[in-house]
Amino acid sequence: MSLQESGNSNGHGVAVRIENCAKTFSDGTHALGPVTLDVARGETLVLLGPSGCGKTTLLRIIAGLEMPDPGGRVSFNKTEVTHVPIERRNVGMVFQSYALFPNMNVAENIGYGLKIRGVNGAERSVRVAELVALTGIEGLEHRRIDQLSGGQRQRVALARAVAVRPSVLLLDEPLTALDAALRERLRGELNRLLRTLGITTVYVTHDQSEAMVLGDRIVVMRKGAIAQIGTPRDIYFAPANRFVAEFIGAANIIDAAYNGGSLLFPGGKLAASLDSTTTKDRVLVMIRPESIRIVATEGAGLCGQIETVSFVGDRQRASIGGVAAKPIMVDVPNSIPLKLGDRVGLAIDPSAVRLLPPDPV
Amino acid sequence: MRDRLTFAAQFAFTALVAAFLIVPAVLSMLAGVTLNYFRGIQSGLTLQWVVQVWQLYPDTIFRSFLIALATLAVTLVVGVPAAYALHLRNDRLSRTIEEVITLPLAIPGLALALALLLTYGGFSDFRRSWLFILAGHAVFTLPFMVRSVMAVFGATDLKSLDEGAASLGALPWRRFRDVIVPNAAPGILAGSLMVVTLSLGEFNLTWMLHTPLTKTLPVGLADSYASMRLEIASAYTLVFFVMIIPLLVAMQIFAGYRGGPTALPR
Repeated sequence: MSLQESGNSNGHGVAVRIENCAKTFSDGTHALGPVTLDVARGETLVLLGPSGCGKTTLLRIIAGLEMPDPGGRVSFNKTEVTHVPIERRNVGMVFQSYALFPNMNVAENIGYGLKIRGVNGAERSVRVAELVALTGIEGLEHRRIDQLSGGQRQRVALARAVAVRPSVLLLDEPLTALDAALRERLRGELNRLLRTLGITTVYVTHDQSEAMVLGDRIVVMRKGAIAQIGTPRDIYFAPANRFVAEFIGAANIIDAAYNGGSLLFPGGKLAASLDSTTTKDRVLVMIRPESIRIVATEGAGLCGQIETVSFVGDRQRASIGGVAAKPIMVDVPNSIPLKLGDRVGLAIDPSAVRLLPPDPV
Repeated sequence: MRDRLTFAAQFAFTALVAAFLIVPAVLSMLAGVTLNYFRGIQSGLTLQWVVQVWQLYPDTIFRSFLIALATLAVTLVVGVPAAYALHLRNDRLSRTIEEVITLPLAIPGLALALALLLTYGGFSDFRRSWLFILAGHAVFTLPFMVRSVMAVFGATDLKSLDEGAASLGALPWRRFRDVIVPNAAPGILAGSLMVVTLSLGEFNLTWMLHTPLTKTLPVGLADSYASMRLEIASAYTLVFFVMIIPLLVAMQIFAGYRGGPTALPR
C-alpha cells in the first residue's frame, strides 16, 4: 500500500493537508467548518477548544472515521485519502475511552495491529517488548485490561497505536479520563515520547496547559471554526481575539479610551505602544495578570484598591478595583504581603498591552 | 406485630409456590416411576414406563434436539449480526426493525403458525419436513437472541472497540470476529441457552405445524396424555424435565455472571 510505504520511510509520518472540510451530521447538526489546515511532517499539532467546537470531528475526519461534506479533501503526503476508510489509512489512534479490547491481554492488544498486518509471532513479540519498554509498562504484558489502572490503560492505548508505525498519530483527549496529578505526570511523559518518536501527531484537548506543553502549534477552535493557529507563545502573547485571549490563560480584557499613545482609565493613564496606525479613540486591549507589578502609589500612573487576594501557592492573585470598569487581576509573588483595602500603584510595561480587534457587534 | 405479618405473608407465598409449582411437578414425575398410579406409591417404583417412553417416542426426543440446535444455529447466524447492525445504526429505522422482530412474542403461537401455514403450506415438501417447524421456532426465538445480544452491546462501548480495531487496520469481518463476538459472548451465551430451552419446550406453534412424522417432544407429550396410560405420560414428563432442567440451571448460574465479559471466570 503506497500510503504506508511513503509514510514510513524514516518513521516520521506524513504531512497532512485538510482542505475545505466541513461536517454536517445527518440530524442537521453543523459540527465543523469549512476548515483548511496543514500539519507538517513530524509536527505535533494540538486542536484546542471548548466542548462542541468541532475539534473531535476534525480529528475523526483526519482518521477516516467521518467523511467530510462534499467539497472537503484530506490528503496524506499529497495523496488524497478522503474516501479511504480508516483501516487503510495506516493511522494510530488513541481514543478518550482507550477502546482497549477486554478479550485480549496487554501484549495482545499492543500486537493486534501487527497481527492484522501479517507480522509473524516472533517479530511481533520483539516489537511489543520494544513498546512495553518505551511506555514503561514492563511486567503488565499478561494482565487483563480490567486489571490495569487508568494510567496503565492510557500507556497501553498509546503503545498499541504506535506499534504499527502509523503515518500519523491521532490522540483524542487521551488524558481527560485521569485524575489531575496523574494527568500532569503523563503529560510530561507523553511530551518526551512524542519528541522521541517525531511522528506527525494531531492531539485533541480542551485543556490549555496540555496544549501549551505538547503542541508545536496550537489550533484554537470555536463553534466549528478556527479562531487562531500559532505556536504556544504566539497564542499566549498575541491572541487574535477576545475568545483566544480568555480561553488561554488568565487575561484582563479592557475597553478603554485611547488618546495619543496613552490608555485612559478611571484609575489613571497608561502608556501603551499600540499599533501606530490605531486612530480609534476607544480600543479593546489585553493585559496578562503576570505582566502587571504592584508598586508604591507615588509616581504610579495607575492606582487602585486591593479588593480580593487568592493565595494559589506559587503566587497570589489580587484583584484591584477602581482602575478600570472591572477589577484588574494581578499576579503577585507569594512573598509580598497584601492587605485588603490598601491603595496600590500598578506598573505595566507598555509592550505588555495587546490590542485586540473590537468584539463583533 | 409487623414482623409477624411479613413472616405470615412470606410463608403464604412460599406455600402457594410449593402447592402449585413444586408439588405438582414432583407428583407428576413420581407418577412416571410408580407401578400403578391409582394405587399410589405403595404399589412400588419402576423404570418400565420410562423404558416404554424411550421405545415409543425416541424420534420425538431426537427431533426436538435437532430442531433446538438448528434453531440455535439459525438465530446465531441471523441474530448476532442483526443485533450488531441494529446497535450500530441505532436510528428510527433500526428501532422499527427491532419492534418487528419482537412481534412474534406478542402474537399467539397459533396465529403465527396459521400464518406460516397459509403462506408456505402449499410447498408440500417443505410443509412435510422438520424444516417447517424450524422456520416457526426461528421466528419465535429470534427476538430472544437479538435482545440479549443487544443488551450486552449496549453495556459495552462497542462502537469505540470497533473503531479501535478499524484504526489498527482490521476490515469489518475481522473486527466482527476478533472484537465484537468475543466481547458479546455473555449475551450470545445467555441468548443461546434461552433459544434452546424455548425451542425444546415450544408447543403452540409446533402443534399446528407438525405432521404425524414430525412430532417433537412436547407434541408427543400431548399425544401421550391423550392416548396412553397416565404413567407413560408422566414418565415422558420426567424425561422432558431431565432434559430441560440442566439447561435452566445453566441459565441461572450464567445469569450470575452477567455484567460484561470481564466478570466471567477464566
